Amino acid sequence: MNKIENVFKKLKQTDRKALISYIMAGDPDLDATKKFVAELEEAGADIIELGVPFSDPLADGPTIQRASERALQQGTTLRKVLALVREIRQTSQIPLILMTYYNPVFKFGIEKFVIEAASAGVNGVIIPDLIPDEADDFIAVARQYKLDTIFLLAPTSTLERIKKVVKASTGFIYYVSITGITGAELSINDPMKNTLNLIKDNTNKPVAIGFGISNPEEASEISKLANGIIVGSAIVKRIAGEKDIKEFTRSLRDAI
Amino acid sequence: MDAFPKKVPNAKGHFGPYGGRFVPETLMPALIELETAYKKYKKDRNFLNELTLLQKDFIGRPTPLYFAKNLSNTLGGAKIYLKREDLCHTGAHKINNALAQALLAKKMGKSRIIAETGAGQHGVATATGAALVGLKCEIYMGSEDIRRQSLNVFRMRLLDAKVTDVNVGSKTLKDAINEALRDWTTNVQNTHYVLGTAFGPHPYPVMVRDFQSVIGNEARKQILRLEKRLPDCLIACVGGGSNSIGLFSAFLEDQTRMIGVEAGGRGISSGEHAARFAGGSLGVFQGCKSYLLQNDDGNVLGTHSVSAGLDYASVGPEHCYLRDMKRIEYTYATDEKALRAFELLSRTEGIIPALESAHAIAEAVKTAPAMPKDSIIIVNLSGRGDKDVQEVARIKGIAL
Repeated sequence: MNKIENVFKKLKQTDRKALISYIMAGDPDLDATKKFVAELEEAGADIIELGVPFSDPLADGPTIQRASERALQQGTTLRKVLALVREIRQTSQIPLILMTYYNPVFKFGIEKFVIEAASAGVNGVIIPDLIPDEADDFIAVARQYKLDTIFLLAPTSTLERIKKVVKASTGFIYYVSITGITGAELSINDPMKNTLNLIKDNTNKPVAIGFGISNPEEASEISKLANGIIVGSAIVKRIAGEKDIKEFTRSLRDAI
Repeated sequence: MDAFPKKVPNAKGHFGPYGGRFVPETLMPALIELETAYKKYKKDRNFLNELTLLQKDFIGRPTPLYFAKNLSNTLGGAKIYLKREDLCHTGAHKINNALAQALLAKKMGKSRIIAETGAGQHGVATATGAALVGLKCEIYMGSEDIRRQSLNVFRMRLLDAKVTDVNVGSKTLKDAINEALRDWTTNVQNTHYVLGTAFGPHPYPVMVRDFQSVIGNEARKQILRLEKRLPDCLIACVGGGSNSIGLFSAFLEDQTRMIGVEAGGRGISSGEHAARFAGGSLGVFQGCKSYLLQNDDGNVLGTHSVSAGLDYASVGPEHCYLRDMKRIEYTYATDEKALRAFELLSRTEGIIPALESAHAIAEAVKTAPAMPKDSIIIVNLSGRGDKDVQEVARIKGIAL
């Protein structure tokens, strides 16, 4: 069984939910990222997502856009993020997911990327602008190297899209809580819950909810609806403000 | 030539290896809804009649195909005809697409349309369409472009559109598109995104081509009437590629030579240009796979052109396909050549072209003299130059 799936399975046995924390690799620099990964793990994160900066992050709100700009200014590249993962793997076995836009992967070479990511110790990949319809090559090679392919669904998703995404996803399914971009205001409404129920009716794979979760109260409420929660912008904002992320992560862990 | 152009794109929006849909999943239902609506309305008699009437009475179509006798004599070669898209309402071909999409959005029951704009032409065209059919309108524009094109910003506001300043990234067109896509992702239920060129996720490249094909369809009839034969050569500038594909699409199955002209900026070796074919490589950007100006790590490079409408890092996927098929040739004109052509056309014909269109004129200046006197070139004069006179004066160091 792949590592990510295992996390969800183990948590389920004790009726707990997964805390997935996102940070932007290279913000403010790669050494700091390494330190943050250790802090997040210590504070109780179950899975860590590392953002790979891109010049045009069209699915991201202002907080992650700015983090991406800072990381690029530091010279952070996909290649360097893969090297960082190798380094992290010397001291930590926490499941790691890369979240990157498609063009850096495409330019790197899809097969080469999958091989290098898997060998560096990456467990899964999220590419917000790659839909399963365009991902045949990526999925095929990712299966071969046991890299999880995590695709996204949204409150706008139709049954046809849900079936397609559920089939293409391994590890978990990333449910975007809002029709919007990262860091937007959370709203737990009927369309959001209805689509979520439709997803659950169509799969036994774990579902994690992200976009817009900014405090322990929201984390608690959202975690009741799924197998895990993803918190990104709220952590990235703390990093930008040079605030502690350990206590905050602990408060999220305690809330879910 | 085979009838291959009609076979592209396929059901997934692929033009050979190009095109497709590379967008957040949130947008997929909207793209499918748009594709379904477009397929329905492009065959709907009422919709087409309404559009045709507006093209005639509102845009002012058909636009003339004008024999530029003075320019032809000055260059001393082929006969040069100008397809006068500069005479369209709002001053450029952009209105052909913007108005049609606004009408489609209304039919789809949307209450709001949004658009990106660089120089402001597509923003003005979309705001005009919104005012006409009665939709709320918001235009995203980079703060750098807002500064350079204050007149068009005021025009959009007069047309009751909200103009939103995009103050991130390079603060130009590509950032305005990112922001428009973010808006669409957020407000997808009631909003239609009026993308301004034959680019982006399927069905935009094919839909925008079809809405601009009126240029080529008219030009083909007009030249057959005037000269009793097809032209030897077509020339158009290529930013995203909508005016060029609009003209070229009617001639793809003929023998006519076709040349697309990209922005050469300060020269390819300077790195300050927007010549995607001369200086780019295959990439995935803002919804589709195409040629892209990017670095080795897959980040998108800054571009430069004297003409804001050509100043973009990627190019419509159908152009890549037709280039591979060797059906269209692509070249570029530098800022300097375009500025010279801008002045030449103004002086010889009394027509001040848009700086974008001046790139096409520059290619005619290069090509026409070597062609026989009885040969025929059609240049797509995609827009008028009123919007550019201040910028040209600034470049020439003239205080207005």
